[in-house]
Amino acid sequence: MTQRTRPLASFGTANRSPRARETHPLTWRLNDDGAPVWLEDYRRKDGYQAAKRALTEMTPEEVCEEVKDAGLKGRGGAGFSAGTKWSLTAKGDGIPRGYLLCNADEMEPNTYKDRLLMEQQPHQLLEGMIIAGYANHSFKGIVFLRGEYVDAARNLKRAVVEAREAGLLGENILGSGFDFDIHVHTGAGRYICGEETALINSLEGKRANPRAKPPFPGQAGAWGKPTVINNVETLSSVSSIIANGVDWYHGLCRPGSEDHGTKMMGFAGKVNQPGVWELPLGITVREILEDYAGGMRSGCTLKAWQPGGAGTGFLLPEHLDAQMCSNGIGKVGTRMGTGLALAVDDSINMVSLLRNMEQFFARESCGWCTPCRDGLPWSVKLLKALEAGEGQPGDIEMLLELTRKLGPGKTFCAHAPGAIEPLGSAIKYFREEFEAGIAQPVHAATAAVGDAG
Amino acid sequence: METSMEASRSSAPRLISSDRPRLVLSDEERDAILEEISHYENPRAASIEALKIVQKHRGWVPDEAILPIAELLGIPGSDVEGVATFYSQIFRQPVGRHVIRLCDSMTCYINGHETFLDVIKRELGIAPGQTTPDKRFTLIPVCCLGNCDKGPAFMVDEDTYGQVEANDLMRVLEAYE
Repeated sequence: MTQRTRPLASFGTANRSPRARETHPLTWRLNDDGAPVWLEDYRRKDGYQAAKRALTEMTPEEVCEEVKDAGLKGRGGAGFSAGTKWSLTAKGDGIPRGYLLCNADEMEPNTYKDRLLMEQQPHQLLEGMIIAGYANHSFKGIVFLRGEYVDAARNLKRAVVEAREAGLLGENILGSGFDFDIHVHTGAGRYICGEETALINSLEGKRANPRAKPPFPGQAGAWGKPTVINNVETLSSVSSIIANGVDWYHGLCRPGSEDHGTKMMGFAGKVNQPGVWELPLGITVREILEDYAGGMRSGCTLKAWQPGGAGTGFLLPEHLDAQMCSNGIGKVGTRMGTGLALAVDDSINMVSLLRNMEQFFARESCGWCTPCRDGLPWSVKLLKALEAGEGQPGDIEMLLELTRKLGPGKTFCAHAPGAIEPLGSAIKYFREEFEAGIAQPVHAATAAVGDAG
Repeated sequence: METSMEASRSSAPRLISSDRPRLVLSDEERDAILEEISHYENPRAASIEALKIVQKHRGWVPDEAILPIAELLGIPGSDVEGVATFYSQIFRQPVGRHVIRLCDSMTCYINGHETFLDVIKRELGIAPGQTTPDKRFTLIPVCCLGNCDKGPAFMVDEDTYGQVEANDLMRVLEAYE
């Protein structure tokens, strides 16, 4: 596991080992040159065998149980058990068949995994959707793809046509009696569309405001029908579980990890070889940084890092031995999120970085809830003042108060809590950088002279 | 046509009413929107796609396009307006011939996004949200483009770029006339 990797457009040799098929279920089929794995190629590499098995040899309930037992957790950042989500979906007599939505609205800052999976391996995603659709009695799958992912849209649409022509989508798939089709829907911007209920509103052609829960989408989602929403990477992981079984999946992670399987992980920032790799859950962050990302660039020292996306808290170099899995990162006080880490080097001022980050979150707030709509711009105002050295006594306390007032449970969705968690951790670990932004009080004598003048 | 639209924009207030100026959608636009409607349970779902279709044909979505789209979808004009103003990739004022989308997320910030902004400001004289006087380029900020390992990331129209050094930025842009 200490092999050096070369910086490539895809991961190339990073995941090439004689046993890649068993150790890298998400990526072993990728072509070294980054060319998409089209249907013929995918089938030659055992593609659609899992779908065939699920649809012709298993009941939908058995598929749900298998995925639940495998312990596959949502790879979009929240980490909810995919199999549990599926088994909670309303289905049965008198309940209309609903939708299987693939959340492909990848916009979380520092997240660059779904793009690769969709551009280079569209059929793996489609196969996962067919199996998930079968398990959830869905009649239609929709990929909700962000508008800027032009290449992913093109490749997915081509893959859908290929699958339809091969009888893998449409009526009576593989002679199983199961009907299911997939549509690729592209969005028009706004980060909030990735929130699952906002995604449904956007899909229905409305403003992307989140919805209150309950009812959960599994009961009443898109157009009031039972709706399952899974991330691209989650769905891309499904076929290998059905093909290889629960025990195999449990054997993939490192000891100590409560999460099973592999995950796309990465390191970006001023590291030598920024990239994304499929790695076992529970690998230490230090291994990812040093063995895969090649360590910090010469002249740059690691000052802080984030485990997985803008909404996860900052950690210090002393936390690098944490395992990349939900319990491992949880132990050091934040969440794994998307598992794509960001290195902050010593040339970066934390106040400026947080100003950049909160500007993003403020801009992307849908405006539905007051704490989010008003609180985030307020944090930006305070951070801008501190950045300019014009902060006032009490500003840091006010920022800390915002971290509480925008915390979990104060708003409809997780946008505000996600936006404010990094701020709390940044103040916790780098308070002196914030204090340095407080304007020096004008000396009493100078003030008096000023007044007299 | 262009001039009258500009004129109507400057004359406040922007009310949505039946006597509001409107344009006629081309057959091509109508057909594309009707095709989109066929993919969903409800015509409303095609509202964002309809706006994107009009934008593709006209470069932006003029106020005068809102009511014709609403009628085609069978929903109130205010709903289409609400959607049109919500989504960041729907342009409600004319943009340049080429749109530069520059990622301003934190990874690109760390990797020198502000240097890119400086180059664009110096060479093209525009800041985010602005268009060059010759209408060649419009610069807008965009959410993380999922190219964090190759940043600063940016798009020009539908082309995505990564691993571009700041001093090569203008050479990339030169290709867009």
